[in-house]
Amino acid sequence: MFGTTGLFDELQRIQQEMERVFGSAPWANGIRSSSTGFPPVNVGTTADEVDVYFFAPGVNPESWDISIQNNVLSVAGERHVIREEGASYYRKERFDGEFRRTFSLPDDIDPEKVDASYKNGVLHVRLQRKESSKPRQIKVN
Amino acid sequence: MNDKTELATKQENEIKPVGTHPEASIRPAVDIFEDESGITLHADMPGISRDRLNVKVEGDTLTIEGDAEIPMPEGMEPLYADVQATHYQRSFTLSSEMDPDKVDASLTHGVLTLRIPKREEHKPRRIEVQVG
Repeated sequence: MFGTTGLFDELQRIQQEMERVFGSAPWANGIRSSSTGFPPVNVGTTADEVDVYFFAPGVNPESWDISIQNNVLSVAGERHVIREEGASYYRKERFDGEFRRTFSLPDDIDPEKVDASYKNGVLHVRLQRKESSKPRQIKVN
Repeated sequence: MNDKTELATKQENEIKPVGTHPEASIRPAVDIFEDESGITLHADMPGISRDRLNVKVEGDTLTIEGDAEIPMPEGMEPLYADVQATHYQRSFTLSSEMDPDKVDASLTHGVLTLRIPKREEHKPRRIEVQVG
Protein backbone atom coordinates (compact mmCIF):
# COMPACT_ATOMS: atom_id res chain seq x y z
CA MET A 1 0.00 0.00 0.00
CA PHE A 2 1.29 3.46 0.80
CA GLY A 3 4.99 3.11 1.10
CA THR A 4 5.87 -0.10 -0.61
CA THR A 5 6.53 1.59 -3.91
CA GLY A 6 8.40 4.57 -2.61
CA LEU A 7 5.78 6.77 -4.23
CA PHE A 8 5.01 8.38 -0.94
CA ASP A 9 8.64 9.15 -0.27
CA GLU A 10 8.67 11.14 -3.45
CA LEU A 11 5.38 12.69 -2.44
CA GLN A 12 6.68 13.75 0.89
CA ARG A 13 9.67 15.30 -0.75
CA ILE A 14 7.39 17.28 -3.07
CA GLN A 15 5.20 18.20 -0.15
CA GLN A 16 8.12 19.45 1.89
CA GLU A 17 9.34 21.37 -1.10
CA MET A 18 5.91 22.95 -1.49
CA GLU A 19 5.73 23.79 2.17
CA ARG A 20 9.11 25.38 1.92
CA VAL A 21 8.11 27.45 -1.09
CA PHE A 22 4.49 28.26 -0.29
CA GLY A 23 4.51 27.92 3.45
CA SER A 24 1.69 25.43 3.73
CA ALA A 25 0.54 21.99 2.69
CA PRO A 26 -1.56 21.65 -0.46
CA TRP A 27 -4.53 20.76 1.74
CA ALA A 28 -6.13 23.41 3.88
CA ASN A 29 -5.82 22.38 7.48
CA GLY A 30 -8.42 23.27 10.04
CA ILE A 31 -7.48 26.17 12.25
CA ARG A 32 -7.45 23.78 15.20
CA SER A 33 -5.42 21.06 13.55
CA SER A 34 -1.71 20.86 12.97
CA SER A 35 0.46 18.82 10.66
CA THR A 36 1.52 16.61 13.52
CA GLY A 37 -2.01 16.29 14.85
CA PHE A 38 -3.95 13.18 15.64
CA PRO A 39 -4.93 11.24 13.70
CA PRO A 40 -2.46 10.98 10.84
CA VAL A 41 -4.19 11.06 7.47
CA ASN A 42 -3.52 9.67 4.02
CA VAL A 43 -5.40 10.74 0.92
CA GLY A 44 -5.57 8.97 -2.41
CA THR A 45 -7.51 9.56 -5.59
CA THR A 46 -8.85 7.66 -8.55
CA ALA A 47 -10.86 8.88 -11.52
CA ASP A 48 -14.05 8.00 -9.64
CA GLU A 49 -13.39 8.87 -6.04
CA VAL A 50 -11.25 10.43 -3.36
CA ASP A 51 -10.29 8.20 -0.43
CA VAL A 52 -9.32 9.63 2.93
CA TYR A 53 -7.81 7.37 5.59
CA PHE A 54 -7.64 8.39 9.22
CA PHE A 55 -5.25 6.26 11.27
CA ALA A 56 -7.17 6.55 14.50
CA PRO A 57 -7.02 3.40 16.62
CA GLY A 58 -9.05 3.01 19.77
CA VAL A 59 -11.66 5.62 18.92
CA ASN A 60 -15.11 5.09 20.35
CA PRO A 61 -16.99 4.22 17.11
CA GLU A 62 -20.05 6.13 18.31
CA SER A 63 -18.06 9.32 18.67
CA TRP A 64 -17.26 9.67 14.95
CA ASP A 65 -18.67 12.90 13.62
CA ILE A 66 -18.12 13.27 9.88
CA SER A 67 -19.58 16.14 7.89
CA ILE A 68 -19.16 18.00 4.64
CA GLN A 69 -20.04 21.64 4.37
CA ASN A 70 -19.01 24.12 1.69
CA ASN A 71 -16.73 21.47 0.26
CA VAL A 72 -14.83 21.06 3.51
CA LEU A 73 -14.64 17.60 5.03
CA SER A 74 -14.62 17.68 8.80
CA VAL A 75 -13.89 14.59 10.84
CA ALA A 76 -14.06 14.59 14.62
CA GLY A 77 -14.01 11.92 17.27
CA GLU A 78 -13.00 11.05 20.78
CA ARG A 79 -10.47 8.70 22.16
CA HIS A 80 -10.36 8.26 25.87
CA VAL A 81 -7.32 6.40 27.01
CA ILE A 82 -8.09 4.54 30.19
CA ARG A 83 -5.54 5.55 32.78
CA GLU A 84 -5.06 3.20 35.67
CA GLU A 85 -5.12 4.87 39.06
CA GLY A 86 -2.20 4.09 41.28
CA ALA A 87 -0.08 2.53 38.56
CA SER A 88 3.33 3.95 37.74
CA TYR A 89 3.53 5.17 34.17
CA TYR A 90 6.72 4.88 32.16
CA ARG A 91 5.39 6.09 28.85
CA LYS A 92 2.38 8.15 27.82
CA GLU A 93 2.83 8.63 24.12
CA ARG A 94 -0.69 7.94 22.95
CA PHE A 95 -3.10 10.72 22.12
CA ASP A 96 -5.91 11.15 24.63
CA GLY A 97 -9.00 13.28 24.14
CA GLU A 98 -11.08 14.87 21.41
CA PHE A 99 -9.75 15.60 17.96
CA ARG A 100 -10.89 17.21 14.72
CA ARG A 101 -9.31 17.42 11.32
CA THR A 102 -10.66 19.31 8.33
CA PHE A 103 -9.76 19.25 4.67
CA SER A 104 -10.77 21.23 1.62
CA LEU A 105 -12.07 18.84 -0.97
CA PRO A 106 -11.67 18.95 -4.73
CA ASP A 107 -14.56 20.81 -6.40
CA ASP A 108 -15.97 17.76 -8.14
CA ILE A 109 -16.93 15.78 -5.02
CA ASP A 110 -20.58 14.84 -4.70
CA PRO A 111 -21.46 15.52 -1.05
CA GLU A 112 -24.41 13.15 -1.35
CA LYS A 113 -22.22 10.19 -2.18
CA VAL A 114 -19.97 9.66 0.78
CA ASP A 115 -19.55 6.59 2.91
CA ALA A 116 -17.30 5.80 5.81
CA SER A 117 -16.17 2.61 7.52
CA TYR A 118 -14.07 2.04 10.62
CA LYS A 119 -12.01 -1.13 10.67
CA ASN A 120 -8.96 -2.15 12.71
CA GLY A 121 -8.56 1.42 13.87
CA VAL A 122 -8.58 2.99 10.40
CA LEU A 123 -11.45 5.26 9.34
CA HIS A 124 -11.89 5.12 5.58
CA VAL A 125 -13.99 7.91 4.07
CA ARG A 126 -14.89 7.39 0.41
CA LEU A 127 -16.01 10.45 -1.52
CA GLN A 128 -17.42 9.89 -4.98
CA ARG A 129 -16.76 12.38 -7.73
CA LYS A 130 -19.72 13.92 -9.52
CA GLU A 131 -20.82 11.96 -12.57
CA SER A 132 -20.34 14.97 -14.80
CA SER A 133 -16.68 15.29 -13.91
CA LYS A 134 -15.67 11.68 -14.45
CA PRO A 135 -13.49 11.12 -17.45
CA ARG A 136 -15.38 10.01 -20.51
CA GLN A 137 -14.09 8.17 -23.46
CA ILE A 138 -14.95 9.99 -26.68
CA LYS A 139 -15.39 7.71 -29.63
CA VAL A 140 -14.10 8.76 -32.99
CA ASN A 141 -16.54 7.89 -35.72
CA MET B 1 18.70 1.78 38.15
CA ASN B 2 16.16 -0.52 39.63
CA ASP B 3 14.21 -3.17 37.77
CA LYS B 4 11.21 -0.95 37.40
CA THR B 5 12.77 1.47 35.00
CA GLU B 6 14.35 -1.07 32.71
CA LEU B 7 11.43 -1.52 30.39
CA ALA B 8 11.04 2.21 30.11
CA THR B 9 14.63 3.13 29.40
CA LYS B 10 16.20 0.24 27.57
CA GLN B 11 13.90 0.31 24.62
CA GLU B 12 15.97 3.00 22.96
CA ASN B 13 18.37 0.23 22.05
CA GLU B 14 15.94 -1.28 19.63
CA ILE B 15 17.02 -4.44 17.97
CA LYS B 16 16.41 -4.28 14.26
CA PRO B 17 16.86 -7.54 12.41
CA VAL B 18 19.03 -6.87 9.40
CA GLY B 19 17.51 -7.40 6.01
CA THR B 20 14.08 -8.58 7.05
CA HIS B 21 12.41 -5.25 6.45
CA PRO B 22 14.45 -2.95 4.30
CA GLU B 23 11.70 -0.33 4.04
CA ALA B 24 10.93 2.08 6.80
CA SER B 25 8.89 0.89 9.72
CA ILE B 26 6.60 2.79 12.01
CA ARG B 27 7.39 2.91 15.70
CA PRO B 28 3.98 2.59 17.31
CA ALA B 29 3.13 5.05 20.08
CA VAL B 30 2.82 3.26 23.42
CA ASP B 31 1.57 3.75 26.94
CA ILE B 32 3.28 1.58 29.54
CA PHE B 33 2.39 1.28 33.18
CA GLU B 34 3.14 -1.03 36.03
CA ASP B 35 1.03 -2.18 38.91
CA GLU B 36 1.64 -4.77 41.58
CA SER B 37 0.98 -7.79 39.39
CA GLY B 38 2.70 -6.77 36.17
CA ILE B 39 3.21 -4.40 33.31
CA THR B 40 0.59 -3.31 30.79
CA LEU B 41 1.44 -1.94 27.37
CA HIS B 42 -0.96 -0.28 24.93
CA ALA B 43 0.31 0.27 21.39
CA ASP B 44 -1.35 2.14 18.52
CA MET B 45 -1.23 -0.07 15.45
CA PRO B 46 -4.00 1.06 13.10
CA GLY B 47 -4.67 -1.25 10.17
CA ILE B 48 -3.43 -4.32 12.01
CA SER B 49 -5.65 -7.37 12.18
CA ARG B 50 -5.16 -10.34 14.46
CA ASP B 51 -3.56 -12.53 11.82
CA ARG B 52 -1.06 -9.86 10.78
CA LEU B 53 0.18 -9.15 14.27
CA ASN B 54 3.29 -10.75 15.68
CA VAL B 55 4.21 -10.53 19.34
CA LYS B 56 7.32 -12.44 20.33
CA VAL B 57 9.78 -12.76 23.16
CA GLU B 58 13.32 -13.77 22.30
CA GLY B 59 15.64 -13.96 25.26
CA ASP B 60 14.75 -10.85 27.21
CA THR B 61 13.54 -8.88 24.19
CA LEU B 62 9.87 -8.35 23.57
CA THR B 63 9.04 -7.37 19.99
CA ILE B 64 5.72 -6.25 18.60
CA GLU B 65 5.38 -6.06 14.84
CA GLY B 66 2.93 -6.36 12.03
CA ASP B 67 1.86 -5.11 8.64
CA ALA B 68 -1.12 -2.84 8.24
CA GLU B 69 -3.68 -3.71 5.63
CA ILE B 70 -5.50 -0.77 4.09
CA PRO B 71 -8.37 -1.26 1.63
CA MET B 72 -7.60 0.69 -1.52
CA PRO B 73 -9.49 1.01 -4.78
CA GLU B 74 -7.64 -0.14 -7.84
CA GLY B 75 -5.41 2.42 -9.49
CA MET B 76 -5.38 4.78 -6.55
CA GLU B 77 -2.78 7.49 -6.62
CA PRO B 78 -1.45 8.99 -3.42
CA LEU B 79 -2.18 12.66 -2.92
CA TYR B 80 -1.11 13.27 0.64
CA ALA B 81 0.39 11.00 3.28
CA ASP B 82 1.16 11.43 6.94
CA VAL B 83 1.68 7.68 7.18
CA GLN B 84 4.33 6.42 4.81
CA ALA B 85 4.97 2.85 5.84
CA THR B 86 2.84 -0.16 6.62
CA HIS B 87 5.23 -2.09 8.79
CA TYR B 88 5.11 -1.59 12.54
CA GLN B 89 7.91 -2.61 14.80
CA ARG B 90 9.09 -1.81 18.28
CA SER B 91 11.12 -3.76 20.83
CA PHE B 92 11.50 -3.61 24.57
CA THR B 93 13.83 -5.29 27.00
CA LEU B 94 12.10 -7.22 29.73
CA SER B 95 13.62 -7.62 33.13
CA SER B 96 14.00 -10.98 34.82
CA GLU B 97 11.06 -10.73 37.18
CA MET B 98 8.61 -10.69 34.27
CA ASP B 99 7.17 -13.91 32.99
CA PRO B 100 7.46 -14.04 29.19
CA ASP B 101 5.51 -17.31 29.03
CA LYS B 102 2.41 -15.65 30.34
CA VAL B 103 2.22 -12.58 28.11
CA ASP B 104 -1.37 -11.95 27.16
CA ALA B 105 -2.21 -10.00 23.98
CA SER B 106 -5.46 -8.53 22.72
CA LEU B 107 -6.38 -6.24 19.86
CA THR B 108 -9.29 -3.79 19.72
CA HIS B 109 -9.83 -1.20 16.97
CA GLY B 110 -6.14 -1.24 16.13
CA VAL B 111 -4.92 -0.90 19.72
CA LEU B 112 -2.74 -3.72 20.99
CA THR B 113 -2.89 -4.44 24.70
CA LEU B 114 -0.16 -6.55 26.23
CA ARG B 115 -0.19 -7.77 29.78
CA ILE B 116 3.13 -9.01 31.09
CA PRO B 117 2.72 -10.53 34.54
CA LYS B 118 5.44 -10.67 37.13
CA ARG B 119 6.56 -14.04 38.35
CA GLU B 120 4.78 -15.07 41.50
CA GLU B 121 7.88 -14.83 43.64
CA HIS B 122 8.41 -11.23 42.53
CA LYS B 123 5.00 -9.89 43.38
CA PRO B 124 5.26 -7.50 46.28
CA ARG B 125 4.17 -8.91 49.59
CA ARG B 126 3.02 -6.93 52.46
CA ILE B 127 5.01 -7.70 55.56
CA GLU B 128 3.01 -7.48 58.70
CA VAL B 129 4.82 -5.82 61.52
CA GLN B 130 4.26 -7.57 64.77
CA VAL B 131 3.89 -5.21 67.59
CA GLY B 132 5.18 -6.87 70.70
